[in-house]
Amino acid sequence: MTDDLREQIEGVITNEPVTLFMKGTPQFVMCGNSDRALRALRGAGAPVTAVDVLPDPAIRQELSSVSGWPTIPQVFVKGELIGGADIVEELAASGELERKLEAALGTDYRESRSERVVGVS
Amino acid sequence: MSGVGTDSLQTMLERAFPDATELRVEDRTGGGDHFQVTVASPRFDELPLLEQHRLVNQALAEPLQNGTIHELRIKTKGSR
Repeated sequence: MTDDLREQIEGVITNEPVTLFMKGTPQFVMCGNSDRALRALRGAGAPVTAVDVLPDPAIRQELSSVSGWPTIPQVFVKGELIGGADIVEELAASGELERKLEAALGTDYRESRSERVVGVS
Repeated sequence: MSGVGTDSLQTMLERAFPDATELRVEDRTGGGDHFQVTVASPRFDELPLLEQHRLVNQALAEPLQNGTIHELRIKTKGSR
């Protein structure tokens, strides 16, 4: 079962353009740092696929084991860990976030702007 | 479990970054579980932001792991 969860997490990270592991959902954010990361991504016009880690502590454990990153939120672009709220905010402020998104997703990435939530279990 | 003091986090960071030119731990809410840490070190000069934060996370791995730190904000700086 744990292997299955891990595969699902890795699948989302790999297949989604931008993944945000957060506490809550974009519609109902349950943590200040998750909110900061979401706002930074929205500000950059990123398509956001959100995964709520709160339903099951195992999600957070498996995620940290996959990423080597201890805290939530975590942002991935095309499978690559970008960082947590502080990093994403800093990259957004310097314009680096938009450059990363353009490099990974193409210069027209803003046209696919969307927000959706996927579950793992 | 009750919170952790800024002093013990400060000590962990001092051990991990003996060459730090600036090292600050602030308890953001006074509750001993929401912290802002600021670390300036020449070790960060050639490292990407992700790796800089990773080193800080590693230095605080124990309180992060056991949940005494609920929320951590990190600001890293190089020596330049």
